[in-house]
Amino acid sequence: MGRRGESLRFFRRQLNKVYRWYTGGFLLFLLALALLERLGLPRSWIGAIFLLATVALYAAIGIMSRTTDEDAYYVAGRSVPAFYNGMASGADWMSAASFIGLAGTLYLQGYNGLAFVMGWTGGFCLVAVLLAPYLRKFGRFTIPDFLGERYGGRWPRLLGVFAALLCSFTYVVAQIYGVGLIASRLTGMAFELGVFLGLGGILVCSFLGGMRAVTWTQVAQYIVLIVAYLAPVAWLSVKQTGSPLPQWEYGQQLDKIAAKELALATDPKELQVRRVYEARANVLRIKLQDPAAALVGDRAEAESRLQALRDRHAQPNEIALAERELALLPKDEASARAAWRRELEDSETKSGALNGMAPHELPFAGDPKGSGAQQREFEASRWNFMALVFCLSIGTAALPHILARYYTVPSVREARQSVAWSLFFIALLYVTAPALAVLVKYEVLYHLVGTPIHELPSWVSAWAKVDPGLLSFKDVNGDGILQLNEISIGGDVIVLATPEIAGLPYTVSALVAAGALAAALSTADGLLLVIANGLSHDLYFSMFDPQASTARRVTLSKVLLLVVALAAAYLAAQKPADILFLVSAAFSFAAASFFPALVLGIFWKRATGAAAVAGMLSGLGITLFYMVTTQPWLRSVFHVSGPVRLWWDIQPISAGVFGVPVGFAVMVIVSWLTPAPSAEVQAMVDRLRYPWAGED
Amino acid sequence: MSPQELRRRHWRLNRWLTASLLGLWFVVTFGFSFFARDWDVRVLGWPLPFWLAAQGSLLVYLLIVVIYAGVMNRLDRACGVAEPEE
Repeated sequence: MGRRGESLRFFRRQLNKVYRWYTGGFLLFLLALALLERLGLPRSWIGAIFLLATVALYAAIGIMSRTTDEDAYYVAGRSVPAFYNGMASGADWMSAASFIGLAGTLYLQGYNGLAFVMGWTGGFCLVAVLLAPYLRKFGRFTIPDFLGERYGGRWPRLLGVFAALLCSFTYVVAQIYGVGLIASRLTGMAFELGVFLGLGGILVCSFLGGMRAVTWTQVAQYIVLIVAYLAPVAWLSVKQTGSPLPQWEYGQQLDKIAAKELALATDPKELQVRRVYEARANVLRIKLQDPAAALVGDRAEAESRLQALRDRHAQPNEIALAERELALLPKDEASARAAWRRELEDSETKSGALNGMAPHELPFAGDPKGSGAQQREFEASRWNFMALVFCLSIGTAALPHILARYYTVPSVREARQSVAWSLFFIALLYVTAPALAVLVKYEVLYHLVGTPIHELPSWVSAWAKVDPGLLSFKDVNGDGILQLNEISIGGDVIVLATPEIAGLPYTVSALVAAGALAAALSTADGLLLVIANGLSHDLYFSMFDPQASTARRVTLSKVLLLVVALAAAYLAAQKPADILFLVSAAFSFAAASFFPALVLGIFWKRATGAAAVAGMLSGLGITLFYMVTTQPWLRSVFHVSGPVRLWWDIQPISAGVFGVPVGFAVMVIVSWLTPAPSAEVQAMVDRLRYPWAGED
Repeated sequence: MSPQELRRRHWRLNRWLTASLLGLWFVVTFGFSFFARDWDVRVLGWPLPFWLAAQGSLLVYLLIVVIYAGVMNRLDRACGVAEPEE
């Protein structure tokens, strides 16, 4: 029995002990805080304690795992057991988007949101059979490493670094933004301060110990996030159906929702509200035809109203109200146009059935048996669903920070098992998110809609006060009862409000925020590591200074980590527009750049370096081109004019659906046109395919 | 069988397993969603397309990765390419 095997087994036992204590301690911590809340501890204190305690815990793990050893810094010493790597991968994978955004998207889009569920989990099948075992056998440090060795020359590696930086950096800016949001909400501090606090949290986990520290903090963060997600949902489920396993039960809630949706479509009060919004939409459309004139008209009207109130010596508060209305008018034509356009969108949504949402269980939009336009809408909706699933799946199997996790297990055998564990730990959340969306929708449709406004549950007014952007309602038809189209619910509030909907103490709400923070921190850590290691190992060491000592390389990695983190935090503090789009775009970029090159590199000996370069460039090029010419925000950034021309009605978010096939096709054709790879490279590919081929 | 022949068999079976599992992934992911509107039935209280997308597919994915790990690890041992036991 080898020494390494024995020490690994001992290590595994140690890990089990440590994390058992950790989990137990965490649950005790929760109970203690709940008790303190009962005894009167104020909410802001609870929020702050959660924030500081969890981040301090991650920091402690990070500091304990500090290292200057290359193997430990880049791949955690290749000693992470499959089970723990699964948990770390789960946390690494599930960002704030999964934790907060997914349930919200499912609430708003029903069946169509399941594209995210299928795409983000199905991708792991691709990782398991096409990539993880072979990358582990390759056994270096990064993904560009593989591209460099397999394809030779410096361009494949260089392109790999560029693509990895592009995907990871956009993704990490979004995570740091999320961290800032959550930190500021937990403690009430300013957003910018929250960003830098979150940044500190990220750095203490990753700076000193690299992949080793990141792995063990990610395991700890997984435990926090899964408890934070499952507990409130289980409680809400008990409240609604009596069973703590909503995943098993929520079929019946779906039934009830469908019934209510049918009833609401013909409810006279709902129709009344919809007509009000339609009238508003018409007014706004007319205003937008000539905003300057309309603004002048509005201002004149407000001023004359104010003057009339003053003339008849009305109450001071009435006058103050009229003064405020005058002050709130848009200042110039540009802002008037922007504001009215937003209002028009809002009114158009609210003049539609079911507050602009599709029936929850209905797949796709339109009607395959309806008019020509409806049929076209159905086809477009169906193809877009499948294109999105495609991009998210392939992108999952191509994002460097996930693939890099499978370098850290001890063997190829454990790499395969680790992907299974990863999917299991991720599926725990992903099978719960649709259940949560359904439970909350049931709550809204049955306990909010049709209730007199002054009898609404306390959580509604509480959240409306915290952030009207997340939740607001207005009695538009003046009947004192809440109609569905009178509420505006932002997706993010679904997860955050669940503890209160379930009637749980504030401690659990703070727990949910801590869970979201854990999700964002863990993903940000993984991404930052890819960026820093890419810059130091792949760019500097491999291309500029191959003589650099281990110590120098690790130090450079640490410095770059710091610099990149600061840059990302700076960008995040600017609150860039369309963050959600950027994150989803990262998947398409990764899919188009990496997937063809990696898969063909493993499965096809004939694939050449020139082909890899051509494939990566063309795949990424097509994807970027499509996005820049069709996505509104990118069009404005790059000053693209002219009509938007969609290819087969595919939305820009799924641009990867064009990039991936193009990448494959180009790689195959160019490979045939260029000389075959050397015998050495072909032998290397051969060795990749067996966990052990007689080497030692 | 010589080690070389064993390895060739290993790679052949690996490819076959990979192709089959990928085929299963494809059918479950894209096949089922393509017909989502048409299969508008209720099974055990659940609307079938919704359940397939929200839970059924996840179960199949889990099966795929578990089967791959189990079968391949066994195949490694049978063809003499398993990593030396530590």
